[in-house]
Amino acid sequence: MSRLDSTPLVKVDRRNFLKTTSVGASGLILGFYVSCSKSVPEPPRDPKYFFKPNVYLNINDLGEVIIVAHRSEMGTGIRTSLPTVLADELEADWSRVKLKQAPGDEDTYGNQNTDGSFSIRMFYLPMRRAGAAARMMLEQAAANQWGVDVSECQASNHQVIHKSSDKRLDFGELVQAAAELEVPRDEDIRLKASKDFKLIGKNTSIYDLPEIVNGKAIFGLDTTMPGAKVAVVARCPVAGGKVASYKADKAKEVPGVVEVFELESPGFPTEFHPLGGVVVVADHTWAAIKGREALEITWDDGVNANYDTKSYLAKLSREARGNGNVRRDEGNIKSALASSSEVLQATYRIPHLSHSTMEPPNALADFKQGKCRVWAPTQNPQWAKTSVAEALELDPKDVEINVTLLGGGFGRKSKPDFVIEAALISRHIGGPAKVIWTREDDIQHDYFHACSIQHVKVGLSEENKVTAYNHHSVFPSIGGTSSNEATEPATFELGLGLIDFPYDIPAICMESHEARAQTRIGWLRSVCNIQHAFAIGSMLDEVAYARSVDPVENLLELLGPDREIRFDEKIEEFFNYNEPIDEFPASTARMRGVIETVARQSGWGKELPEGQGMGICSHRSFLTYVACVVKVQVDGNKISIPELHYAVDCGVVVNEDRVKSQFEGGAVYALSGALKSEISFKEGKTVESNFNNYQLARMPDAPGKIYVHLVPSDEKPTGVGEPPVPPVAPALCNAIFAATGKRIRELPIKLA
Amino acid sequence: MSSVTLNINGKSHSLENVPADMPLLWVIRDLVGLTGTKYGCGIAQCGACTVHMDGTAVRSCSTPVSAAEGKEITTIEGLSINGDHPLQQAWMEKNVPQCGYCQTGQIMNAAAFLKQNPNPSVEQINVAMTGNICRCGTYNRIREAIQLAAEKGGNV
Repeated sequence: MSRLDSTPLVKVDRRNFLKTTSVGASGLILGFYVSCSKSVPEPPRDPKYFFKPNVYLNINDLGEVIIVAHRSEMGTGIRTSLPTVLADELEADWSRVKLKQAPGDEDTYGNQNTDGSFSIRMFYLPMRRAGAAARMMLEQAAANQWGVDVSECQASNHQVIHKSSDKRLDFGELVQAAAELEVPRDEDIRLKASKDFKLIGKNTSIYDLPEIVNGKAIFGLDTTMPGAKVAVVARCPVAGGKVASYKADKAKEVPGVVEVFELESPGFPTEFHPLGGVVVVADHTWAAIKGREALEITWDDGVNANYDTKSYLAKLSREARGNGNVRRDEGNIKSALASSSEVLQATYRIPHLSHSTMEPPNALADFKQGKCRVWAPTQNPQWAKTSVAEALELDPKDVEINVTLLGGGFGRKSKPDFVIEAALISRHIGGPAKVIWTREDDIQHDYFHACSIQHVKVGLSEENKVTAYNHHSVFPSIGGTSSNEATEPATFELGLGLIDFPYDIPAICMESHEARAQTRIGWLRSVCNIQHAFAIGSMLDEVAYARSVDPVENLLELLGPDREIRFDEKIEEFFNYNEPIDEFPASTARMRGVIETVARQSGWGKELPEGQGMGICSHRSFLTYVACVVKVQVDGNKISIPELHYAVDCGVVVNEDRVKSQFEGGAVYALSGALKSEISFKEGKTVESNFNNYQLARMPDAPGKIYVHLVPSDEKPTGVGEPPVPPVAPALCNAIFAATGKRIRELPIKLA
Repeated sequence: MSSVTLNINGKSHSLENVPADMPLLWVIRDLVGLTGTKYGCGIAQCGACTVHMDGTAVRSCSTPVSAAEGKEITTIEGLSINGDHPLQQAWMEKNVPQCGYCQTGQIMNAAAFLKQNPNPSVEQINVAMTGNICRCGTYNRIREAIQLAAEKGGNV
């Protein structure tokens, strides 16, 4: 058991250990997890002078540029991409840049909630300004030293150059003087012209790449500290249940188990509290797991003891055929449907899904003398901080949240429950504790993506035009995790791909229905866009075939003339991803652009061999425009995907390779849901428990080739973490219809 | 509970009080302190914990420590001295990782596979890598990286 007693918290050698900025209270964990991915030579001496024009930047007199990454890295590349934006405006040499991960501190760094695909959208401009202001100050410092006008000086590649004489000063030589200067006022900051970008729009590799491939990257699960114990928790299999009674005698006999105790359960709704249960604390993970197996627990299953997804979905399905609450209403849907010559009608079903991050939830906490230090793979260190403070009755300033690399996030690791668990356990045992969720814990106790029923009716006229679109959306709301009152989808949930329906149809009616949550519902990569895009994307394909119009032509025709749709004028409460609709309008021209691009690039319309087919779906989510074409090969019941094409308009592209990688990976994430994944409940408990029965896409399921076609754009940049997911399943199902004539309306797809 | 001696990355580790059924994964991570080998499922379904035992890829989460005694165990930390195994280089060249968590297991699995089959077809790669899940969905780039390493003679 040597490691727990003697090894330092993080294995970073001195060269990689950033010493310039203090974080929080302790010297021990100063600059937690700063990895140096490049072979930077050992500095000749310690730096003496520092230039810190803003909270994100620190340049020292050795010329080292240290940029704070304040968003969580879970695979999007954001830890690299935002700092490259700052570095570009600064004219820094990227090979001389080091990154430092910010602890959770909203007052200092601004929003750190890495969720909702908004990091780039929210921080592209602030990072540019931070870099540009520093560049201007370095130029001024050089101008002062040379006694020339600043207009004669230009920063370039880590130096300031006097243009006429070609005199040069390295950034490091300027920091002492620059630090004495006033930071430019916002209105005076001069941003670069986009033609001068050296990093933005290029393909900078992720900062942590070498350490990821050599096994030295530190994820949450890899943190420990001297004396830390490992804890696992036996949680009630039914959400909202609690321990009725338990015996720990056998558990305590397991060698290595040091303590067993009960953690209070919150009842239902659980909110974002830990689920409670019986905690087994041990010297190492295996002892904790074996100790938990030896517990004898009787559960009180609570109010969700009868949750059964089969009957629940059947009920939602009946509900969806009735009248709901109207959430968007244009034209007269009743008369439009009544006067149609043909009404298409279909019901689409998607089951609960689990996030299944490869690194399960975990956190290390050390509560001592009224302060709590935490290391966690959290997407939302701010929320973790306030939640731990509340649970331990501390002032938030006495809680320190250090953010490690995340082995996947997808929305799961936004929630603070697992971080609170670690803090409560540490307080209880009076020493550092690391809580680890096993895969079974993760899959059985997730904040699940809502299961859903979508019932859609479309009216066609005698002239073969689409005259009516009526969509009933039924699913338990995320709000149900926090409140018994939240029994219908919230405005924002319907704004995720339903009421922002962009098609130009005379009568449109969107309705929601009651559906009470009977487990914890959460947001999972692209959230309600999953079910809404599936139903809309599938139904518009059904419409195309019913009209005998090519599916691409059908979409373009239904989009109508190029325009910016004022949803805020159509709908009383409209959710535009928390952005003003003036700045991020819904542009049918941009949607048309991606549809036309993907059709052209995928070779849409070509004759295909027997058993192959192509399907399309376009869907705007998180303010990014995406169209997807899937080419499928169906052999009997076997589905394979030789090609998948995306066209994307996400405005200015910050890191082309990382945008493409998000789409490549998003396609596979979506294919898990389309082909394999399903969480079902019986008697309140999940039937699935691990990757043997909760199936995910594996390499043979991945498309042969994934092509990501980026539409050149000068529009404001928007996120790409979630937008890849929604259109894939409908495009695939549409392709299967093209190949076989079989219409798929339930996921995961079962051809047999 | 007994004492065990393990040979990991060419170094001998003597450990006391180790339960015989303790999976090699937790020995490597919790007792030896090498964290490049990852926990993903505990039931040999995801491959995140892949290490080599006498050159063969095994799932360390489902290999009891008792079965590892006397064997040469290689973890990601021992795959190459400077992190420059042809597969690691190919992984960097293709910018394979997203979150990176599963990648060490992917590389270890691919390394053992390439030794057996230095010139694999795409189909053979698919089959060989089926046991390794990447939730970020980097499969296409993993495939390309394995092909690249193979082209460069990656069976070292």
